[in-house]
Amino acid sequence: MSAERLSTGRALARLLPFVRPALPRLIGGIVAGLLAGLVALAIPQVLQVLVDSALQEGDSSAVLPAVLVIVGLGVFEAVAILVRRWLVLTPNTRVEASMRNALYAKLQALPVAFHDRWPSGQLLSRAVSDLNLIRRWLAFGVVLLVVNGVTVIVGAVLLFGINPLLGAVFLASALPIWIVAMRFEKRYSRAARRSQDQAGDLATAVEESVHGIRVLKAFGRGPHALRKFERQAEELYGTEMEKARAIAFIWRWLTLIPDGTLAVCLVVGAVLAAQGALTPGELVAFFATATVLRFPIESIGFLLAFTLDARNATDRYFEVLSEPVTISDPEDPENIADPRGRLEFRGTRFRYPDAAAGTPDLLDGVDLVLEPGETVALVGLTGSGKSTLTALPSRLYEVTGGAVVLDGVDVRRLRLAELRRHIAMAFEDATLFSDTVRENVLLGSEDRSEETLAEALEVAQAHFAYELPDGVETVIGEEGLSLSGGQRQRLALARAVAAKPSVLILDDPLSALDVETEELVEAALRRVLASTTALVVAHRPSTVMLADRVAVLEDGRITAVGRHSELLATNEHYRFVISSLEDDDELDDEDARDAESGERDGDRDETSRRAEVSA
Amino acid sequence: MSSVSGVTGEEREDLSRAESREIRRRSRRLLLELLRPMHGRLWLTFVVVVTATAAQVVGPALIAFGVDQGVPALADGDPVPLVLAGAGFLLSSLLGAVLIGWFRILQAKISQDVLFDLRRRVFTHTQRLSLDFHESYTSGRIISRQTSDLDSIRELLDEGIGNLISGGFYMAFTAVALVLLDAPSGLVLAVAILPLAGLVRWFQVRSQRLFRATRVTSARVIVQFVETMTGIRAVKAFRKEERNRETFGRLVEDHRAANARVFRLFGTFDPGLVLIGNLTVAAVLLVGGMRVAGGELAIGVLLAVLLYVRRFFDPMEEVAMFYNGYQSASAALEKISGVLEERPTVADPAAPVALRAARGAVRFQGVEFGYRNGKVVLPRFDLEIPAGQTIALVGSTGAGKSTLAKLLSRFYDPTAGAVLLDGVDLRELHPKDLRRAIVMVTQEAYLFSGTVAENIALGRPEATREEIVRASQAVGAHEFISRLPHGYDTDVNKRGGRVSAGQRQLLSFARAFLADPSVLILDEATASLDIPSERAVQDALQTLLADRTAVIIAHRLSTVAIADRVLVMERGRIVEDGTPADLIAGEGRFASLHAAWRDSLV
Repeated sequence: MSAERLSTGRALARLLPFVRPALPRLIGGIVAGLLAGLVALAIPQVLQVLVDSALQEGDSSAVLPAVLVIVGLGVFEAVAILVRRWLVLTPNTRVEASMRNALYAKLQALPVAFHDRWPSGQLLSRAVSDLNLIRRWLAFGVVLLVVNGVTVIVGAVLLFGINPLLGAVFLASALPIWIVAMRFEKRYSRAARRSQDQAGDLATAVEESVHGIRVLKAFGRGPHALRKFERQAEELYGTEMEKARAIAFIWRWLTLIPDGTLAVCLVVGAVLAAQGALTPGELVAFFATATVLRFPIESIGFLLAFTLDARNATDRYFEVLSEPVTISDPEDPENIADPRGRLEFRGTRFRYPDAAAGTPDLLDGVDLVLEPGETVALVGLTGSGKSTLTALPSRLYEVTGGAVVLDGVDVRRLRLAELRRHIAMAFEDATLFSDTVRENVLLGSEDRSEETLAEALEVAQAHFAYELPDGVETVIGEEGLSLSGGQRQRLALARAVAAKPSVLILDDPLSALDVETEELVEAALRRVLASTTALVVAHRPSTVMLADRVAVLEDGRITAVGRHSELLATNEHYRFVISSLEDDDELDDEDARDAESGERDGDRDETSRRAEVSA
Repeated sequence: MSSVSGVTGEEREDLSRAESREIRRRSRRLLLELLRPMHGRLWLTFVVVVTATAAQVVGPALIAFGVDQGVPALADGDPVPLVLAGAGFLLSSLLGAVLIGWFRILQAKISQDVLFDLRRRVFTHTQRLSLDFHESYTSGRIISRQTSDLDSIRELLDEGIGNLISGGFYMAFTAVALVLLDAPSGLVLAVAILPLAGLVRWFQVRSQRLFRATRVTSARVIVQFVETMTGIRAVKAFRKEERNRETFGRLVEDHRAANARVFRLFGTFDPGLVLIGNLTVAAVLLVGGMRVAGGELAIGVLLAVLLYVRRFFDPMEEVAMFYNGYQSASAALEKISGVLEERPTVADPAAPVALRAARGAVRFQGVEFGYRNGKVVLPRFDLEIPAGQTIALVGSTGAGKSTLAKLLSRFYDPTAGAVLLDGVDLRELHPKDLRRAIVMVTQEAYLFSGTVAENIALGRPEATREEIVRASQAVGAHEFISRLPHGYDTDVNKRGGRVSAGQRQLLSFARAFLADPSVLILDEATASLDIPSERAVQDALQTLLADRTAVIIAHRLSTVAIADRVLVMERGRIVEDGTPADLIAGEGRFASLHAAWRDSLV
């Protein structure tokens, strides 16, 4: 948040663009609300006339007309409130919906780096509870603020009209109310924002205690987690009590000040009446009017708290909405006329925005060319930036130096939709959406035919999809059937294949598969890779075998490119990363021993080489 | 066990009358339990709010007194009645203000105490519930029990109940004052209550249905939103934004329409209240005005009556709203009480046996394990693991390896027989000693928010920084930790997305290393490691496992080399048992697995 806080009015004015379409009806609603408020004030005037003109003289014939007038006014007030409600409510739900849609669209447009920073729970509370609060404030807060304000002013004028002295006494109460309200704003708004944040932290603690339940149980750390949770819950408790004390403070004064004023008015009014300076009707009208004004005055505290809450919600909403979209379509995009799938990393550099100062870039000038149709395996240590590198061509992250070039065009010069049509990805963690298998697999495909689907499922060896309860129409994910890790991974692979891209990027696509399935997938995948450019992140030798060439990523650069067997023989780092033989001496030993006897290699290899036992 | 005990039937909509009664009784019991400790304070609060309300209600009567008695008396030179009225009014408003402020604080304190107690209970209980509960009751549901359900209870406690009590008493006192002042006006009010009750009833019935609809539509919006944000990479990579916008827009529109229906209901209810109120004022004026004209009623009394009638309708809306808050809060409380009613299947011992320093001798004695539905996973078996032995557990997916590991770490209890550590049944062992003696590391390496050091220290909270560093060095995690922006003090959440799966596993290894248990269980704990890391871990294991019992489950046969003994499992049975060398030399299942693995290396 910016250091200098906007004034509450300024902060809320940011809502204006969203409110504009609803503005005519909102104003209509305010007018209707004002009419209702004024009618409520008119009723005491009728009483005054009735009391003074008729009742004093014992003339009962005037009662009925007065009652009829009051019935008329009463009906009018009800209708005005009805109109106010109906005018305001529907457009306000539209404002809320449009703000929610705008937030969602914005979040989809914001780069992945933004989502890395923001937990989805924080985003969710903005999209749901904050917008809900803003809507209620627009429907009631704004309208009541205006209507009650005007009602109090007009009421005060009427009271002046009845008797200037009484009116002045009444009006004098405005000053202490103003002071109380200002003090309240200060106390309440601080606590309110803090309580929102603390509630968010508490929710996070709950989430972690549930997701990490196995770890907590395995180490018997339940009590540890509970202590942390209790501490946070106590903090929230303290803040909530602070809020409650602020509310108690304003309630106390907003009850005392108007009632005390009324007591003074009673004495003054009675004295005036006794002196004959005030008629009984005026006295009646005065107290009836003052009673009508009671609620608008009392409501000041509640409306203030409401407005401050709405202001916090608005701040939280615009915190997200004003984030810059750093990755977007270029102004004058270029096209790839003839997509062939030549991918080039040209001095590509990347560092995360929160990387420690003084450290080298994570990717420190990567140079690598993938010729059309070629498959390159990317090999490197955990944390060397392989996954980050694979996210650069489709601009999930933006290079911080150098360029990525697709078919001769810098990827930043292409429209995002076009770029991502050319490049399809399968991620390390297979993300599927709650939808049918068909929709999930054909997500990125232009060609939605049955053949494409079948072919993709075949390549990924995901035939199990046909045996699901509703076959490929089975809904999976959040509220549907849950799949095993291996099954999810195969569907994610099928999705990348089905998109028929010119460049395929696979991040360790077979890690969750057992050896037998892996072999089948590899065989089928080779057919696709024969004609498609592909960058494959590989952790084990079997995956490397898919590639024509291997690139070694080390210290942020590609330090070697070559065939698996060449690199194994010549590149020490490569051997270290992929072949698992401890060092050169042992390699030599091993070679020597292998030469002597092909039989004896079992035990030694087992200690080191990675493999999986098939299911 | 009844058809609705615990969380069973939570999602059902066709509850029989007896079943819903039982659920209601259960949640009422919970509520009473929560309120019992503040028994005294509740009465105090009650007295305070009743007095405060009474003090506020006196106002108009004093005005009437002042107008009718004070004015004429003053005109006759006697100021006493007026002074009495004025002072009474001032006093009553002062009393009312002070008490209302006090009431707000008392109420907030009760509400926060109840919430704190309830939060604590649900949290503790959730932690105590066994893994089988967590596996069947999804994490999203248990989280929403502790967040959104508690929110709706908070809303009720914060605003609803106070408004109901003060509103209800306000109305009651007003009615009484009205009857005392002028019985015929009271009669008019009594007549007005009929349409009023009808309107409120109509509103409650309709709103309940409509409110429920908004909860359903809002849940759908939330699901779509969360799914998009958690899968944002795939959304972008496959250009799902446009379609998502359409889907989301549709769900938002549904939710909007459902909301609009609720508001339209309010839009009718609210003016309806005003209309009834105004007509009652008119009726009272008619009845009272005629009598004032006839000299039967004082003007001041008429004024007071009119003020009372007008005020009578003020809290109506709040009282009606209370019903909605009550609906959702009681639904929430019903669900929470269900979770609290669940009993852990793995219960803490009544008379725990202490075991200060376990040697690590494990015995499975006539152990059998099956699920609640009767499906047997592990048929009866015996197994003896001497202290210090390292066991590799091998077999296909679903063979029962993980189940055996979970029995040993007491995530589950056997359905028959017993698992013994140093001769003590795990079920009788003190939970603290059990967790110190036996530690399991699983494939999913979960990191909690906090620093890297804090996450490792979870293995032994009292560990010094030096010990933490030593543990990290031992498993080969030190190097990458040192490269993080703030080393061991790096907040894992800030970089959570960028600590790779392999690095997370290294951290959880360090955690286990630090815990220094006598029995260590590794269930696929090296699956995401790259080769150099795996090598480091294996080196560490060589030393780590030298003097302790270990059970290792891994797809990769490389693990077998550090094992003293291999157990091959198939369909819940141990089919082979021997030293690695013997088994490879033989012709059994392990020999063929080993051969297949050798082939895959080429």
